[in-house]
Order: sequence, then C-alpha cells, then structure tokens
Amino acid sequence: MNRIIALVSRLTGVSSVKLKKVDYWKETFWAYIYLFPAFLVLGVFSFWPLIRSFRISLFDWDVLRNTGTFIGLQNYARLFHDPEFWSALWHTVYYALVSTPVTMIIAMFIAILLNSQIRMKSWFRTAFFLPWITPMVAGASVFVWLFNADYGLVNHLLGLVGLGDYRWLNNPSLAIPLLIIFGVWKFLGFQTVLFLAGLQNIPEGYYEAARVDGANRFQLFRHVTLPLLTPTTFFVLIISMIGAFKVFTQVYVIWAGTAGPLDSAETIVMFFFQKGFNSFEFGYASAAAYVLFFIVFILTAINLRVSKRWVHYQ
Amino acid sequence: MSMRKVFFKVFTYLLLLLLVSAVLLPFYWMVVTSLKPPGEVNVIPPKWIPSKPFWQNYVRAWHAAPFGRYFINSFFISVMTTIGEVVTTILAAYAFAKMDFFGKKVLFLSLLGLMMFPGQLRLIPNFMLASNLGWTDTYQILIIPWIASIFGIFLLRQYFKTIPDELWDAAQLDGCNRFRYLWTVVVPLSKPGIITVALFKFVGSWNAFLWVLIMTNKTSMRTIPVGLAVFRSEAGTHFGELMAASTMAVLPILIIFFLAQKQFIQGVARSGIK
Repeated sequence: MNRIIALVSRLTGVSSVKLKKVDYWKETFWAYIYLFPAFLVLGVFSFWPLIRSFRISLFDWDVLRNTGTFIGLQNYARLFHDPEFWSALWHTVYYALVSTPVTMIIAMFIAILLNSQIRMKSWFRTAFFLPWITPMVAGASVFVWLFNADYGLVNHLLGLVGLGDYRWLNNPSLAIPLLIIFGVWKFLGFQTVLFLAGLQNIPEGYYEAARVDGANRFQLFRHVTLPLLTPTTFFVLIISMIGAFKVFTQVYVIWAGTAGPLDSAETIVMFFFQKGFNSFEFGYASAAAYVLFFIVFILTAINLRVSKRWVHYQ
Repeated sequence: MSMRKVFFKVFTYLLLLLLVSAVLLPFYWMVVTSLKPPGEVNVIPPKWIPSKPFWQNYVRAWHAAPFGRYFINSFFISVMTTIGEVVTTILAAYAFAKMDFFGKKVLFLSLLGLMMFPGQLRLIPNFMLASNLGWTDTYQILIIPWIASIFGIFLLRQYFKTIPDELWDAAQLDGCNRFRYLWTVVVPLSKPGIITVALFKFVGSWNAFLWVLIMTNKTSMRTIPVGLAVFRSEAGTHFGELMAASTMAVLPILIIFFLAQKQFIQGVARSGIK
C-alpha cells in the first residue's frame, strides 16, 4: 500500500500524506458498506430490542392495546416482593452452583485421562462430545423415558444396587437434581474438549523439569497442571455459569411445558417465559429478564476480578 | 513396563470405558426403545435388546405428527440462516480484520458488549416487532434475525488476520478491486474457518427452540425441536414412538457431526485458547 502511495505521489505531485488521508476516508466508506448487512441485522434484532425491553420493563404493558402505563421501577419492586421469583432464583442458583463444579471436575478428570498416552483418544473424545451436539429437546425426551418412575432404566439400575425407587419427575425435591444430571451429561464433553485443548497447551518441559525434581503424579497435577490450566478453567467456569443461569429448554421438555411439580423446576428463564408468554405480562417479564442480565453481568465482573488473583498465565 | 504402570494403564482404560458407556447409554436406550414392539417397552426388568426390530414406531410417529413438514421447515431455515450468516460474517469480519476505518474500535467493542446481554432480553421486543409486521408464523422471522452472528465475526476475523497483506498489495497491482480480492483470494484461503462458522450455525439453527416456540403458532411452521417437544407432551406413555421421533430428530445432526467432527471439536477447542 505504501509503495503504491509513494508511486502515485511521485507521479502526480500530490503529497503522500494528503493521499493517505483521502485513502483513509475512502476505506472508511467501503468498510461501512461491508459492515452494513451484519450491523443492520444485529441492530434491528439484537441491539434495539435491548433498549426497548428496558423501556417496557418500566411500564405496566397492555398487550392487547400494545401500549402501557409508565410505572417507573414498580415491576422491579414487585419482583423483589414476589416469592415465586425468589424461588425461581434459588432453583437457578442451586442448579448453577452444583452443576458447574460437578461437570468441571469430571470433565477435567476425563481430559487428564485422555491426555496421557491413550489409544483411541479421538474416538473417546468424539463419544463424550456427542451429547453437546444433540438437540436439547431430543436429549431431554430421552431423559424423560430413562427416568420414568415405573419402567425407566435408571430406576431399574438403581434397584440392582439396592437403591429405592425414585419418582424423578413427580418429586419436587428431585427436580433440580434431575436437571443437574441432565446438565452434566449434556455439557461434559464440551468442557472435556476445552480442557483437553488447555492441557495440550502446557509445554512438556514443565513436566520434565518437575520429574527431574522427583515430583510424583499427584505433585505434577497439583503444581504443574492445575496452575497452568487456570486460564482454561477460568474460561470454562464463566461460560458454564452463564449457561447455567439460562436453563430453560430441558425444563420445558422434561415437564411438558410446565415448571415441574409445585413449580420445583422453575428457573429464572422459565419464570420469564411464563410471565411473558403464558400470562402476557410483558413489563413484568422484561424486568425479570433484566435481573437475569444483571446477574450474568455481576458474575462476569466478579470472575474477571477474582481471576486476576488466581489465574496463572504463562 | 513395571507392574504398577500396567495396573495404572488398565485402570485408566476401565475408567474411561465406564464413563463413556454412561454418556452413550441414553443414545443406546433411545435407539433400542424406538425398535421395541409395544409389549416390550413397559416391562420390568427392561429388555436390553428387542426380540426383533419393530419399525412400526417410526411409521406411527411419522403419521402422529407432521414430521415431514417439520423436517422441511428445519432444513430450509437452517440452510437459509447458514448461507445468510456466512455472507454477512465474511464481509464484516474482513472489514474488522483488514481495513482501517473511522470508529473501528468503538464498533468492535460494541459487539463485545452486545455479547454480554442474554438472548432472552430480545424475545419480547422481537415478538412485538413480529406481530406488528405480521411476521409471526413466517419464515422471515425464523431466518432474518439469525443471519448475523458476533461469534462468527470474531472467529473469521482471527482467520482473516493471518493472511499476509502482501497478497492484497499484489492483487492491487494486478488491478483487482477489494471486493473481488475478498471473494477470490481471502475466502478460499479461509475455508476451514468458514466451514466451522457454517457448521456451528447449521447445528445451532437446527437445534433452536425458544425463538421458534414463541414466533410460531401454526403446526405447519414448526421445526423439528418444537414439533418434538409438542409430541413429547402429547405422546404420553408411548415411549416407543417418542424415542423413534427423537432418533429422527438426532439423526441429521449426527450425520453432519460424523462427517465434520474435526471442525466441530477444533472449533470448540479454539474458542478456549486465547
């Protein structure tokens, strides 16, 4: 580029600085044309709705007349005093706080096993990865059958080891555990692939050095693998926490469009869906969605701050 | 090899096999149940292998709900969103990777910011927009909002950045304009990246649920996941048929996955490494 400008400048006598400036604005013009299709779609269907839904959250919205009465922060105040919302929040937090570490520990364990000299490594990796690519609706339908109280395979297998028969789909206290089991199955392989990529990024030299110093298997894991894997661990932690706060489809499918027995599987997004699209309280539902955003935002911020302290970048 | 090492190796394989069987068991149970005659589904103890394959479940499920229509819808919507996204993403990613323009940083950061907002926030305003435009129960509302992706732009931008600028200088000297250069030089050089973006979009679109659930009322506009969810609510205890329908929903995705598993796994692996 510079060579061309120098050439043109010499031929025409126009200073190259001036030419570069013209060039810059010309390039700006074309760049905007290139960006236009993507930004038009994102603007209309992603960005603008964010502003609109915040506005709607400040209204008592009348769906039929498609207008609303401005009520300030009253929808948020109502959420704060709504026991149903608090229980949905609790279910979601319960799910996120158990399913994330459980999935991560198993996934890290599998990744470490696969990272040793294992034959058919890619075969195993593919097998673990399968649930992630499977449509959520199909996976959840299979779980409905597997966890059927009377004829399900899971209760049969549990019976073989002497564990009693569980009413998985009807017992309120088993609703979130069932979602956690489903979540582990669905996201295990995805996390395994991420951890495996992270492990393969650790230079062999660190292990050799540690072995020379007489470190055993556990010490290698504790003092080499774990600290050098922290960037991956941190990344997996953030995305799975955020994902956990958005659980919806599996609830909808497992309990056939309801929030489970006594609303025991009602998550934040399920709460949002029921308020928004069952009872058409758009203002109230939008406020709930903004609370969800707020939680996700805080989580990301906390994670970023904490990670500075415990993530070791090489 | 020492005794201890052999023991360790055997133990590792056994553990992996145990874990892999647990992960694959739902798939096995889905397929096996879909091939069981009604008398063998609800029995204790469960039968691990059907006495002989009973294909009737597939026929019954296919006729119990318009799965043919669901397949056509899913296929059409997934193909169209994928094509649309690839085009808009190539253009935008190229601008961010290789062009120098006013407001570049601000626009790029605004995309990053936009990613922070959960998609649920967009549902109500888009539902209202769709109603106002008369777009509920149309293909437009299931396709157009999804033909741009921030994830895709970021991923392709990384690919495009690795292409040396000298190629563009040379192309210019040959009188090639930027648009032609993009499609005839940059795009072929970035094939793996573009294929990854397209595959993730296709699968994401095929599996999409909540958006389709909200934007459609008519049975004829449903996609496979929404159709299957409705079928699950209606099928009651006909688990043979439900598993046959689930198998049909999973099969196209599994075929694509096995054809391109490397791209999928590397696509995920890359997203974690910065």
